Amino acid sequence: MSKNKTIYDHFMKRWHTLTDKKYFWPLFMITGISFCTAASTFEFIDLYLQLILIYVGINIILTVSLNLINGYMGEFSVGHAGFMAVGAYVASLLTVHVFPTGAQNLLFPLAILAGGLAAALVGFLVAIPSFKTRGDYLAIVTLAFCMIVKSVLENIDAIGGPRGLLGMGKLTTLPWVFFWTALSVWIIRNLVYSNFGRGVLSIREDEIASDLMSVNTRQVKIIAFVVSSFFAGIAGGLFAHALQFINPRMFDIIKSTDILIMVYLGGIASIAGSVIGAIIYTILLEVLRPLGVWRMVFMPLMLVLLMIYRPRGIMGLKEARMFMPLRDFVTEKLWRQKKKEAGDATP
Amino acid sequence: MPLLEISKLTHRFAGLCAVSDFNCAIEPHELVGVIGPNGAGKTTVFNLITGVYRASEGSIKLNNQELVGLTPHQITKLGIARTFQNIRLFKELSVLDNVRIAHYGQIAYTPAEALLHIGRFRAEEKRIIHQALDLLSIFKLDEMAGEKAKNLPYGLQRRLEIARALATEPNLLLLDEPAAGMNPNEIIQLMDFIGWIRKTFSVTIILIEHQMRLVMGICERLIVLDFGATIATGVPAEIQNNPKVLEAYLGVEVAV
Repeated sequence: MSKNKTIYDHFMKRWHTLTDKKYFWPLFMITGISFCTAASTFEFIDLYLQLILIYVGINIILTVSLNLINGYMGEFSVGHAGFMAVGAYVASLLTVHVFPTGAQNLLFPLAILAGGLAAALVGFLVAIPSFKTRGDYLAIVTLAFCMIVKSVLENIDAIGGPRGLLGMGKLTTLPWVFFWTALSVWIIRNLVYSNFGRGVLSIREDEIASDLMSVNTRQVKIIAFVVSSFFAGIAGGLFAHALQFINPRMFDIIKSTDILIMVYLGGIASIAGSVIGAIIYTILLEVLRPLGVWRMVFMPLMLVLLMIYRPRGIMGLKEARMFMPLRDFVTEKLWRQKKKEAGDATP
Repeated sequence: MPLLEISKLTHRFAGLCAVSDFNCAIEPHELVGVIGPNGAGKTTVFNLITGVYRASEGSIKLNNQELVGLTPHQITKLGIARTFQNIRLFKELSVLDNVRIAHYGQIAYTPAEALLHIGRFRAEEKRIIHQALDLLSIFKLDEMAGEKAKNLPYGLQRRLEIARALATEPNLLLLDEPAAGMNPNEIIQLMDFIGWIRKTFSVTIILIEHQMRLVMGICERLIVLDFGATIATGVPAEIQNNPKVLEAYLGVEVAV
């Protein structure tokens, strides 16, 4: 027993020093992408499992980006499915109607990026009026936004109306999902551990005090909202090209609720929590598929129990060390050493 | 030239006149006290100066620049910082983060640099951590830099709030009841502390306080408010003997 513990400790110690290394994250990216490429070319992971992994990745993007608003900033947005829809439709229209069929594989990242940018733009337009008001209004505005997007999409016949849009190639592959997931996690983590991220946190804690401490709260809120909707759009594009078929009903309030569940399951204001929440929820949904409709009884029940026993989610307000800015700790440590030396010199 | 010049400041809350015709000129490095019974409009004056409320009428000028109409963060950037009557720290955040947030206005990198952690980001973050820790060590809070603000004892929370306000590099510091909840011993310490802050950071201080011992002890000049109106101004000795003040405020205490 004690031996197991030492092996575990040894591993954790190694893991920590490993994540401290400068080359760790580039190496992690390269290994991840090459592994995923190998997996999808040689199919040593079967296609069904690959599809689940793709959904896990997409859900991680959605959860981490929504956590920025609902967890870190403490506002309540329910419009994530709407932004996802914008990304999904823009990316799909580009690959189906605009890009030449031969170059689809090559131009796919561009389509995804365009979907993300379109969603970011829409996010910006939603953010401007909704952050003039405070508190619960964002929930109402984003709820309305979600419904507007759905009915607009249902009423444009050129993009299939309520029947939806099809004809996308199966362009969302495991390596691409890995790439976009890692990118979104990395960027949101960077934002959180920057000046603007601290601004986001201070808005959650006390908005008036934050404004009085020179934080431009309006600017910070808009930046956070735009970044969040950008990644919702990216996820939407990937989703559309994984399923190869989209219709407006897929992006209704139920979808937003799914994402909310993943955020609160994983834990607010935690990137590690969002990753864990998305993985657990996606996999559970698949595992419980044989239950059929009873799934929809089990999942809410789980959520209720979670809220009773762990109201802040699995990782609520805690962060895994691998996502923390180690550079800051080093700076602090060096400062303390310097202070101690100065103190020793002049007692 | 006065640092802060307030003239004809009036503020109404739906008919209730919280502050009426408030005038004052604060010279650099002065220590001015604002006193008055509960509900006299003292905190409202602070909220008007810092832009939390927008004044109905009148003007507030800092170094001849009009502040009415600016947002709180713009005013803070111009050099006014404050603390709150009921402590308003970022409770779930660390002591270090509380101070780092107050450096928001001084950061030179753009959102794009922050998203990718490139360019000026690293150097700036390093600078901010050093500045924040230096400030915390002046206030003897650096040992608790990693602690959540809510876990600090009450006295230290008050001290952290002042440190956080000073991190915005103000010329003018507004203290809203700094002695609230302190015992007489602590108040004596606080008096020294406020004087020390004024000297060390060369700031002008306006403070709201109910503790007469503190106000009479350190303030060079007092402004007395009652029901939104300024009833007296002058040096503490004059105020103590002003019949209007005695009637409105001190009179009650003397009678008891």
